Amino acid sequence: MNILELRNLHVTVMNKPILNGVDLSLKAGELHALMGPNGSGKSTLANVLAGRPECRVTAGQMLYRERDLWPISPEERAREGIFLGFQNPVEIPGVSNLRLLKEAYNAQRRHHRQPELDAVAFRAHLRDRTAQLGLPEEWLLRPVNAGFSGGEKKRNELLQLMLLEPRLAILDEIDSGLDIDALTLVAEGINALRSTERSMLLITHYPRLLDQVPPDRVHVLMGGRVMLSGGMELARKLEQQGYGWLEEMVT
Amino acid sequence: MNDRPVITSAMARSYKHGFITPIPSDTIQPGLDEKVIQWLSAKKQEPDFMLEWRLAAYWHWLGMTEPSWSSVRYPPIDYQAIRYYSAPRSANPNAVALKDVDPALLATYEKLGIPLDERLTLAGVAVDAVFDSVSVATTHQKKLAEMGILFCSMSEAIRNHGALVRRYLGSVVPPGDNFFAALNAAVFSDGSFCYIPPGVRCPMELSTYFRINAAGTGQFERTLIIADEYSQVSYLEGCSAPQRDRHQLHAAVVELIALEGAEIRYSTVQNWYPGDAEGRGGIYNFVTKRGECRGDHSHISWTQVETGSAITWKYPSVILRGAGSSGRFHSVALTNHHQQADTGTKMIHIGADTRSTILSKGISAGHGHNAYRGLVKVLAGATGARNHSQCDSLLLGEHGSAHTYPYIEVKNRTAQVEHEATTSRIDEDQLFYCRQRGLSNEEAVSLIVNGFCQEVLSELPMEFSVEARKLLAVSLEGSVG
Repeated sequence: MNILELRNLHVTVMNKPILNGVDLSLKAGELHALMGPNGSGKSTLANVLAGRPECRVTAGQMLYRERDLWPISPEERAREGIFLGFQNPVEIPGVSNLRLLKEAYNAQRRHHRQPELDAVAFRAHLRDRTAQLGLPEEWLLRPVNAGFSGGEKKRNELLQLMLLEPRLAILDEIDSGLDIDALTLVAEGINALRSTERSMLLITHYPRLLDQVPPDRVHVLMGGRVMLSGGMELARKLEQQGYGWLEEMVT
Repeated sequence: MNDRPVITSAMARSYKHGFITPIPSDTIQPGLDEKVIQWLSAKKQEPDFMLEWRLAAYWHWLGMTEPSWSSVRYPPIDYQAIRYYSAPRSANPNAVALKDVDPALLATYEKLGIPLDERLTLAGVAVDAVFDSVSVATTHQKKLAEMGILFCSMSEAIRNHGALVRRYLGSVVPPGDNFFAALNAAVFSDGSFCYIPPGVRCPMELSTYFRINAAGTGQFERTLIIADEYSQVSYLEGCSAPQRDRHQLHAAVVELIALEGAEIRYSTVQNWYPGDAEGRGGIYNFVTKRGECRGDHSHISWTQVETGSAITWKYPSVILRGAGSSGRFHSVALTNHHQQADTGTKMIHIGADTRSTILSKGISAGHGHNAYRGLVKVLAGATGARNHSQCDSLLLGEHGSAHTYPYIEVKNRTAQVEHEATTSRIDEDQLFYCRQRGLSNEEAVSLIVNGFCQEVLSELPMEFSVEARKLLAVSLEGSVG
């Protein structure tokens, strides 16, 4: 079964067309990389899948587990297993990481008619995951992303991903702003989460992440459409030659 | 089945304390004149000095006009239409044990989450329970008395601790201070009194829970807290009222006095009935609260979470008279639907090296109107005085309003006064982030608002900060579309 299937998807943001007929499908257990020059629509694709209100679908379809996503609210998509790792995670002053994580986790449990975890049980549940990411426990008491470095924010996204265990994870430049060590930690985290039950879409500019997290498929988004798909060799070619040759191919 | 219960339950969802206790009460006819004051004073078996004090305040009040400088709007109040006294017939002014208190009253407080049975009360909290015009019970008095702490109703204090009352009552808020304070001085019916002897650190939180029950009455209570030299006390007040479609006036006066080296922390979680979604009913909360750091190195802090009332109009203030004394004001004011708030503080620096801190968080949802108004005044003698003020406003939706009116008067060149203010709309990126993690729009708003208020909420004693968080969430209901 396709976890995600996009058919001729057209999306506008503030009435400006950004995606102009995207076709893409992702099977259960697959990890795909999405590459492309700045402004090609990668983040818009991530956002429209998560249900950001500014993104309007004007034509085409987006199906998640054979269900049309368009009418479904962002929170319901999240509870049904769609996770977006943000490129620039926002700061929420005064709200501790722990609080957001617990509310998010319990919202999902309620949705699936499972009992909620209380503060003590939840903390125990979290402990292994923070350790795995090399995050000190006091981290949980800090306000969400406030004063975090770029790398810390990305690790925080990954912590949320590990906790919420989504069926479809869309990671928007999870590797940007990370040093080599942090990148390795993040890559290990992603690999640990790969399973036949979970599909992932990795948006990235750099093959160095893909070296550590081998994708099943690489897509190149240009001008709001998937221009070319291939394997790891495509990512390497883009690293060496940029996107110029593709543009020539198009014109 | 008619549809009435449905409507009631929908309203009760947002205001959980809107019930009425059906209890016979002694209520006087509406109206105010000298006879009413004489009757009230006699009813309370007050000494002569109190009656004279009240009458002087009343005569003063007659010559005053209701202030109109604030930003709140309300139809004229007919002071002759208000009943100035209402007490449960069963209230026993001489009740010493809980068994002497009417079970219906105990049940009311139990329902409000304030059990008065000392075995059931929150550990470490003593409560004075004020019902309409009278105090019906005060817990843990015995235990406190062993340390020399006096904690009782104002009426009892006037009867039994006349010398202290005479010395301090009106010494911070004089009877003629303002229109509502003068009215209060004339007709106040009860309230709480507290005295901490020198060097004593009060072992429990002291608190008063104010409940308005009767219709058509006003509640005029008066609280007086005296912290003698090097003593410490933390005091809390809570309040609620039934849902009614007519406005009710609550005009209280609170006076705090901190002598040398003493510390008073005063916290309020204000949950008067706010009126319905269309702005019908609700309490007019017009209150004068002021503390004086009378001794050197004394400290007074006000923390308030204001979520209730149709109109909140008050400025808990600190007069910094003692050298090296300090004052703090931490406030969250939330207005939803048609609620109005004009609140803030006055910090009056008189002594040298006095410090004050102001942190105000205003949240305006629905058609709410929210104003911060504050005065920082540094007198000529206040060498080395310092103030820092931070006023943040958060707007939810398109129809609310937020205003900041800071007044600064400095008469000493060495003073440092800082003022920062921000106004923002709730951040769409924050909302989307939370929703992407599975929180509903309403849960997301509540979480973000809680975060916005965190610095103030963390000033409250633990149990009350939990309560305040819940209250904020409930008060935001219906604020997001």
